Amino acid sequence: MMSTHSTYDLLRHLADSWGLLAMMLVFVVLIAWPFRKGGRGRSDEAATMIFKDENDG
Amino acid sequence: MVTVLARAGLWLAVLFLAVIGVALAADGGFAIQMGIVAVAALLAVWFTISGADYAAIARGVLKMPDQGKYDDDPIRWGMIATVFWGVVGFGAGVFIASQLAWPWLNIEPYLNFSRLRPLHTSAVIFAFGGNALIATSFYVVQRTCRARLAFPGLARFVFWGYQLFIVLAASGYVLGISQGKEYAEPEWYVDWWLTIVWVCYLAVFVGTIIKRSEPHIYVANWFYLSFIITVAMLHVVNNLDWPVSFVGSKSYPVFAGVQGALVQWWYGHNAVGFFLTAGFLGMMYYFVPKQAERPVYSYRLSIIHFWSLIFLYIWAGPHHLHYTALPDWAQTLGMVFSVMLWMPSWGGMINGLMTLNGAWDKIRTDPIVRMMVMALAFYGMSTFEGPMMSIKTVNSLSHYTNWTIGHVHSGALGWNGMITFGAIYYLVPRLWGRERLYSVRMVNWHFWCATIGIVFYAASMWVAGITQGLMWREYGADGYLVNSFADAVAAIHPMYVLRTFGGALYLLGGAFMVVNVWKTIAGSLREEAPLHNAAYDPAADKPIVAAASAH
Repeated sequence: MMSTHSTYDLLRHLADSWGLLAMMLVFVVLIAWPFRKGGRGRSDEAATMIFKDENDG
Repeated sequence: MVTVLARAGLWLAVLFLAVIGVALAADGGFAIQMGIVAVAALLAVWFTISGADYAAIARGVLKMPDQGKYDDDPIRWGMIATVFWGVVGFGAGVFIASQLAWPWLNIEPYLNFSRLRPLHTSAVIFAFGGNALIATSFYVVQRTCRARLAFPGLARFVFWGYQLFIVLAASGYVLGISQGKEYAEPEWYVDWWLTIVWVCYLAVFVGTIIKRSEPHIYVANWFYLSFIITVAMLHVVNNLDWPVSFVGSKSYPVFAGVQGALVQWWYGHNAVGFFLTAGFLGMMYYFVPKQAERPVYSYRLSIIHFWSLIFLYIWAGPHHLHYTALPDWAQTLGMVFSVMLWMPSWGGMINGLMTLNGAWDKIRTDPIVRMMVMALAFYGMSTFEGPMMSIKTVNSLSHYTNWTIGHVHSGALGWNGMITFGAIYYLVPRLWGRERLYSVRMVNWHFWCATIGIVFYAASMWVAGITQGLMWREYGADGYLVNSFADAVAAIHPMYVLRTFGGALYLLGGAFMVVNVWKTIAGSLREEAPLHNAAYDPAADKPIVAAASAH
């Protein structure tokens, strides 16, 4: 599958095979991360953190 | 003392180089630009020397900034610069819109359309938008990290260095100095300067995040950081040029032909994606929850919004090159990724709007919230329109017409403008320690001028664009084009006039902002009825005496 015909050819086929797969996996892991166990609590904490400065700032 | 000397010496070296540049200049424009640099360097030397506290230095006291206070000076300057460049940019826009409607306004050679058009786009995107982004990012990163800004000297350099970039870019356009690349017009030496400023900006921002006291980095900072990093990458790659002379203003790009075109639109579209979208989303994710006094609707959705934008936006650029020499697969790739972008964009819009869930009445009672909601509505509208226009068959009608101009302005005036106005109105009373804005009602006037102005602008450009698209492609029975180019120009003249009117309304709204911000900083409060009060009738405010007991 990997061609050494030209740099263009090599990169093009890398991009639409292993490159695409790797990017896809990284993306899926990143968006699944907040949905891990305990993620909801951490998210709520992060979302309300911006109001901490209203009483003691 | 050593640092004062080192800084002054550095600026003196810049001054020296600039004077050599003036003396050896290969063209007149370069000499004028180096003159501007020399004046700026001279001012920097002056302020470095006169601003130092020599008494403290003599006593051997190292003046350390109070880490218990936020560093808000560069943010205050940034607010003033944002408002100033905003009205300059809007004014330039109204003027070039008038030039298209009434061509005699083209004043050759310095003030013709082709020189003022990049002045307008750079003034609104880089001067107004850029200053707003730098100032709000410095504000947000400090508040969400609960830490004082890192590298205070560098932060000040970022502000003033960025203003010098703007002045060099704008004066260059008027002098006819341009790379001819849309949204990347400044020539090589201005690009190098901006690169230095931008790296310092990154250092200040990341430095502040590193010294944070909050364990979690709030999502707004993710958007701001992606904006800073990506813009650095785009700017450097798209401006890989070789100057003809190191004392001249002309340079040639390293990439040529279709590769050059693709690099330019990879840059151009990601400038939209990361400057005008990610950066302003950073603003949205902080100021909308703060003004609405409710946390963002779904923090997890904001994370999905972030990563989806990062992974999708970078591929969308080829939709600017449909039906060109760019390989077909690349055009289709650009189209498909643009259409996919619709989903995270609307996820983000819904996330922003639903932040008001349970507090929808604030749209009626708080014109700042109203502005932010309108910004989100326009974000949603233009991120639907964009993917639609990136579809090849739609693009064959819309490309090169005024529809594109209408689309850009519904995003820029509606989304970027409105969210920035909201942030300015939120920040100014806080930064100058005022009880409230000079006038909340004036915010409402600004809102309506801007909104009606955008409606005139976008509607007239839709009609003009579709008219142009249809006239250009109309063939007669004998296979010849039915309309000449000038026919299409004449047909859309009324639309150009209506567009100018819309732009003027938007500028009028900006004028209300200038007055309001000015008076707020001055500390005055306009005597006005509040926008909302629960009903109260003093005449009816007494017990009912039963008719029978009166006897």
